[in-house]
Amino acid sequence: MACNSSTCNSSGCYKGYEEEEQPKPNTKAAVNGGNSCQNLCVKCKVNEPVCCGIGGENSRFCKDCFKNNLYGKFKQAVTYNAMITPPDKVLVAFSGGPSSRVVLQFVHEMQYKAQKNYDANKDKSLPVFGVGVAFIDESSTHSFTSQHIEKAIEDIRLIVSNLAPPSKELFVVPIESIFSSDGIDGKERLKELLDAVSDVTGKEDLLSHLRILLLQKIASENGYTRIVLGSCTSRIACHVISATVKGQGYSLSADIQYVDSRWEIPVVLPLRDCPAQELNTLCSLDGLKIVELLNGPCSGINGLVSSFVKVLQEENPSRECTIVRTAGKLTPFHFNRVPEIHDSNVPSATRRHQKRYTLKPNGSLSSDSFCPICNSPLKKSNFPSSLRSHGSQQNPDLFASACSSCQFQILPKDPSLMEEFLSLLPQQMITKAKHGDQGNFSLLREQIQEFLFSDGENEI
Amino acid sequence: MEADSKPKKSGARLCCVCNQNRAALKRPKTLEQICRECFYAVFEEEIHQVILENQLFKPGDRIAIGASGGKDSTVLAYVLSELNRRHNYGLDLFLLSVDEGITGYRDDSLETVKRNELQYGLPLKIVSYKDLYGWTMDEIVKMIGLKNNCTFCGVFRRQALDRGAALLKVDKVATGHNADDIAETVLLNILRGDIARLSRCTSIITGEDGPIPRCKPFKYTYEKEIVMYAYFKKLDYFSTECIYSPNAYRGFAREFIKDLERIRPRAILDIIKSGEDFRISTTTKMPEQGTCERCGYISSQKWCKACVLLEGLNRGLPKLGIGRTQGLNSDGKKDRKRDSRTPSIESKQCGSLEF
Repeated sequence: MACNSSTCNSSGCYKGYEEEEQPKPNTKAAVNGGNSCQNLCVKCKVNEPVCCGIGGENSRFCKDCFKNNLYGKFKQAVTYNAMITPPDKVLVAFSGGPSSRVVLQFVHEMQYKAQKNYDANKDKSLPVFGVGVAFIDESSTHSFTSQHIEKAIEDIRLIVSNLAPPSKELFVVPIESIFSSDGIDGKERLKELLDAVSDVTGKEDLLSHLRILLLQKIASENGYTRIVLGSCTSRIACHVISATVKGQGYSLSADIQYVDSRWEIPVVLPLRDCPAQELNTLCSLDGLKIVELLNGPCSGINGLVSSFVKVLQEENPSRECTIVRTAGKLTPFHFNRVPEIHDSNVPSATRRHQKRYTLKPNGSLSSDSFCPICNSPLKKSNFPSSLRSHGSQQNPDLFASACSSCQFQILPKDPSLMEEFLSLLPQQMITKAKHGDQGNFSLLREQIQEFLFSDGENEI
Repeated sequence: MEADSKPKKSGARLCCVCNQNRAALKRPKTLEQICRECFYAVFEEEIHQVILENQLFKPGDRIAIGASGGKDSTVLAYVLSELNRRHNYGLDLFLLSVDEGITGYRDDSLETVKRNELQYGLPLKIVSYKDLYGWTMDEIVKMIGLKNNCTFCGVFRRQALDRGAALLKVDKVATGHNADDIAETVLLNILRGDIARLSRCTSIITGEDGPIPRCKPFKYTYEKEIVMYAYFKKLDYFSTECIYSPNAYRGFAREFIKDLERIRPRAILDIIKSGEDFRISTTTKMPEQGTCERCGYISSQKWCKACVLLEGLNRGLPKLGIGRTQGLNSDGKKDRKRDSRTPSIESKQCGSLEF
């Protein structure tokens, strides 16, 4: 069946079927001077435009307006979702790429403004949030020369030290530190673990799961309360497609919201509404240094999806936005909002402020258990198998409690290799497999928290 | 060269199911090595299971098989007759074909369907766009060009199938949509922002609250396997793509899925699974179902899409119903494209349907 009935449509006429905000670049109209602002920034209509947003001809901005536009999106995401509040200590995950660089810059500017306000203010009621930076050194999984990686780290140190005041702590952590033992031991174990995964895509995905676990570890050990990722619209669009392709349609909505609190330290995505192209432009306009580590192109499914989205984007520059908007209509989960502040040390004004902006959970409390490897919420039909594994202390039935995608692409096919594989996984994943349904418990606890006394509690 | 009766010969690839015959092929879905007989068996059995588990049919049902003459519908007709016989479904099967009026494509494929009628012994009914709407696809393309023609064809075909089904007085229509089609549709709906369709497109039975329910027995069947089945069984089908299809947006999704299948065959089923699992709120704004004022067909708007498009064609407004033109009384001045050849056929009423 080549063309299906009402879903088939040619490239020019998607308009009839979706609510698009960005018009398709209309080169024909711009040329005839029909638009009086053809040679002026579309926003301030004063300065000369120097760059284009993804709207093409219709979004030519001058440098200031372009930057303000992007910063505005960032600020709105942060405020509306109460991502960063005064008592927070925020850890920015920095990979060296343009999105990371921009989010670091924006977080810094926000902090800088807050610091100035604090200094100018007699009443020092709202402290300034703290910012730290984490760079994960994955050189043990690649074949870079140590010289290359050292230079990169030097560059990163320089970038971070220039973003002061206020000064920011920088953590440069090798990926193998995810295992409690590090050094040579950790490197070997990581290599063995990755080698044990035969599927290329599985390997890449496992590495990214380890990455987020390591960020959690760094944040938790150093008192950080939020992790900021520079994930932009483009990356999220790719994730939407690749999650769909891997059969993760159920958990997809959990990964693409502004806030993800299923982790111990909530993860926030303030650049969710910013396309990669605009972030790249900003980096070159503002001279923001990027440290390209050339991790090599993704292969397997992730690489294929990336090229696919690129092709679509060339055909229509607003395609990424549409993909993210569509996926944004999927129902999020109850953990896709910032947890309420229970710390009585936090001024009540702040708590009231945060409460007002905390999104109402419109996801039901349907999902109680998570895959121990990728932490994705599992659909209820998986319950029987996870219940079966609950209580078995020695050898948690990891296979049964994992999601179908991890079962296929990460876990070994041969059951006899399972035990060895388990021994290679970081402790955090094994623990999660054992205490599969603690998620529900902690959610219940959150609801009655204010009535509990901290002493005399009996932790189950 | 070597006979089939030397199973233990070292180096010979054996069928992984029966372990007797030599493997003749690799299953596209699972990459298992399998012999022809076992392939037929597993192919047919999987479809039988899908029919049972989803309760697609009940005894005594009159079923129209949407037959285009292409591989999907030919194999569907063949397999359904076979399973109907083998497992006593108790169904009355018919072939229902739509003539869109595409020269060099449809007229040839209709010959194939006519042959199928004889080969499978299933009564055939053909409905044509010309009779129903007064326009052939060729005429439509002459008027509107090569973009959006798939929209016209798809909308008209859907109604045409329902009309034909009503004339045959059947209980259900079975179409040959396969796993690849549905996976493409899931991706397309994500790309185009159609959340409402996204929630419906993976259903194996659709339109239960409409005139004629439809089902897709091939929902989990890979296109490659359908081709393989048709090839080995030497089934008679017409294998050319519609001449207007290269411009369709679906092509992007199709290319991608082809590449995907090469790396990971099960990805096609995974996309369908994702589509089924998407958390879409049931309170999401869904179109309200009513009837078309002009022809009585099921519609969520005042006029059904076919009537809107027809009106556009008959008034020389090819963009009516495409893009964001609001309703039928909008300013048609900009879009007026006076074709030199004015349609001599008066606009045909869609006709009332006796449902």
